Amino acid sequence: MSVSFTQYGRGIRRRQLPVIRDLSLSVGPGEVVAVVGASGSGKSLLAHGILGILPYNSCMEGKIYYDGQVLTRERAGKLRKGEIALIPQGVTYLDPLMKVRDQLTGGKRDKETLDRCRRALERYGLGKETEELYPFELSGGMARRVLIASAVMQNPRLIIADEPTPGLDVRAAKRILGHFRELADEGAGMLFITHDLALALEVADRVTVFYAGETIEEASVSDFAGAERLRHPFTKALWRAMPGNGFVPLRGAQPYPGTVRQGCPFAEQCERCRRECTETEQIPLRLSGGGKVRCLYPEEGDCTALGAEIGKAEAEDNSAGHAGREIAR
Amino acid sequence: MKHRLKFTGKKLIRIGILLLGVSLVTFLLMCASPLDPLQTNVGQVALGSMSAEQVERLEAYWGVDTPPVQRYLGWLSGVLQGDFGTSLLYRQPVMTVIGERLGNSFLLLLAAWMISGVLGMALGVTAGAFRGKWPDKLIRGYCIVISSTPAFWLAILLLMIFSVWLGWLPVGLSVPAGMAAEAVSAADRLRHAILPALTLSITGVANIALHTREKMIDVMESDYVLFARARGESELSVVLRHGLRNVSLPAITLQFASVSEIIGGSVLVEQVFSYPGLGQAAVTAGLGSDLPLLLGITVITAAIVFAGNLIADLLYGVVDPRIRRGTARE
Repeated sequence: MSVSFTQYGRGIRRRQLPVIRDLSLSVGPGEVVAVVGASGSGKSLLAHGILGILPYNSCMEGKIYYDGQVLTRERAGKLRKGEIALIPQGVTYLDPLMKVRDQLTGGKRDKETLDRCRRALERYGLGKETEELYPFELSGGMARRVLIASAVMQNPRLIIADEPTPGLDVRAAKRILGHFRELADEGAGMLFITHDLALALEVADRVTVFYAGETIEEASVSDFAGAERLRHPFTKALWRAMPGNGFVPLRGAQPYPGTVRQGCPFAEQCERCRRECTETEQIPLRLSGGGKVRCLYPEEGDCTALGAEIGKAEAEDNSAGHAGREIAR
Repeated sequence: MKHRLKFTGKKLIRIGILLLGVSLVTFLLMCASPLDPLQTNVGQVALGSMSAEQVERLEAYWGVDTPPVQRYLGWLSGVLQGDFGTSLLYRQPVMTVIGERLGNSFLLLLAAWMISGVLGMALGVTAGAFRGKWPDKLIRGYCIVISSTPAFWLAILLLMIFSVWLGWLPVGLSVPAGMAAEAVSAADRLRHAILPALTLSITGVANIALHTREKMIDVMESDYVLFARARGESELSVVLRHGLRNVSLPAITLQFASVSEIIGGSVLVEQVFSYPGLGQAAVTAGLGSDLPLLLGITVITAAIVFAGNLIADLLYGVVDPRIRRGTARE
């Protein structure tokens, strides 16, 4: 999948700004897939792309499959009424001038909808009085639970949680993650978008790493036991940057969208960058040791324990959501 | 409730200071005016044929020989006792003149205010919801053309089309010329008010629509609208349930702030249509050096504009749950 924006440059010249260049990932039922990436790597756009609610000046290419069928904008419009739900970042996603109940029910006043709203809120420990509150009267944690309740009201099959934990302390965040695990165990597919690798490892089955609008690695959580099982140099650096694993910072920053013309976007920051890395038009995403990696020389260095679980990656035909890929122009 | 009373009290003190400032500035501008009241109102020829004694009496009538500070303080002490003085041109108490003129203008101002508010908001919401598409381009184009058109020019244009060429509506005045006051019907008054009200509405709409459009675009790009869409709410529902609700708060401010523009516009428009309203009286008083009347009109209109803003502030407390519930809990 790729997403680009029409942007006005100097004067009235317009240019296409590719923000997501080559994303691919899949989520199966009952599975929590974490999407990890720095801010600006295109995580939220992925969520909006799946839901078909990208801004008006954007343009999406590539294919998304849901339940084996292509997910068009029209189909996404129907599915987001019930089957696909979004859990957004925080209280700003609630209308400041509308009571919680009216937001959750979408204005419907029939008994069935009201009952479902009541049950969804109760499930997360929010009583009847919460329904009558305005968003500014909710605490941060309450708002988070209201947003989750809003997602589960419809019994969705795919839940996309977009950075649902910032601003929460570790205990509150873990409680939220517990709710996510529970939803996945009930059979829903869960896409957990975050910049926090430690939190992602806490709850996820698989982790997909984004860098500058590209999927650079797909790995199971068990691969994160040590740096040697990880494939891409950026993922390794991410792992080493965790407090328990050395706390080693990575120098430099992710390139700004539109500045990478060809080759590996990580080249600037990579210690093992070679000439081919910057000259290849587009580095392909390859199967590697039960996961996937977008790197020409992932085997180099300390990568030894590969080849263990080849074939697992192909067993994803029953996946609930699958973002196919197509190279952006 | 206590909070709101305190709020209103503070505002009332502020309006007192404001009105004092407005009257002082008006007075100083009048003093600086190069117009000689005697020459303007009596005429050079008539002055020349008068005796020195007569000229002296006229000078006393127009207050030319009194020092400015004394004049202003005299006016102020009168006002504080509830006496706005007597209009020098109309030879009637200022309040009587203003009351009569305001009565004539009221229908005009109210109609223009309501039409421009409702229509402006509807157009603005539509343009914002269809941002970048043809309804937006159409509305925006209209608004930009109208905002760059002077109100008096538009008034003349409408006058030419509807009164001169088509002959549907009267050319000017607020009642038919030469008719006895008792014989004038409400329909006559209405017919005379249509064109001035239309002019004021057309110009007022553009401003309100453009502002509402900006607000609407902000709302449509907000997180909560994104989330409403993600929950499967239709575009119509998003506009009606979230758009209108969130645009309505700034719209209140805008609507009551537009009182000043409508009153300002009425000065020009009434002049074009020879409509005997407050705006026309202001022009007459200004050009004729009728100091008490001009001061009276400025103070009264300033008070009306201020009252409009005060009402908007108070309405906020009723409409916005954040203020309503927030202060209730204090």
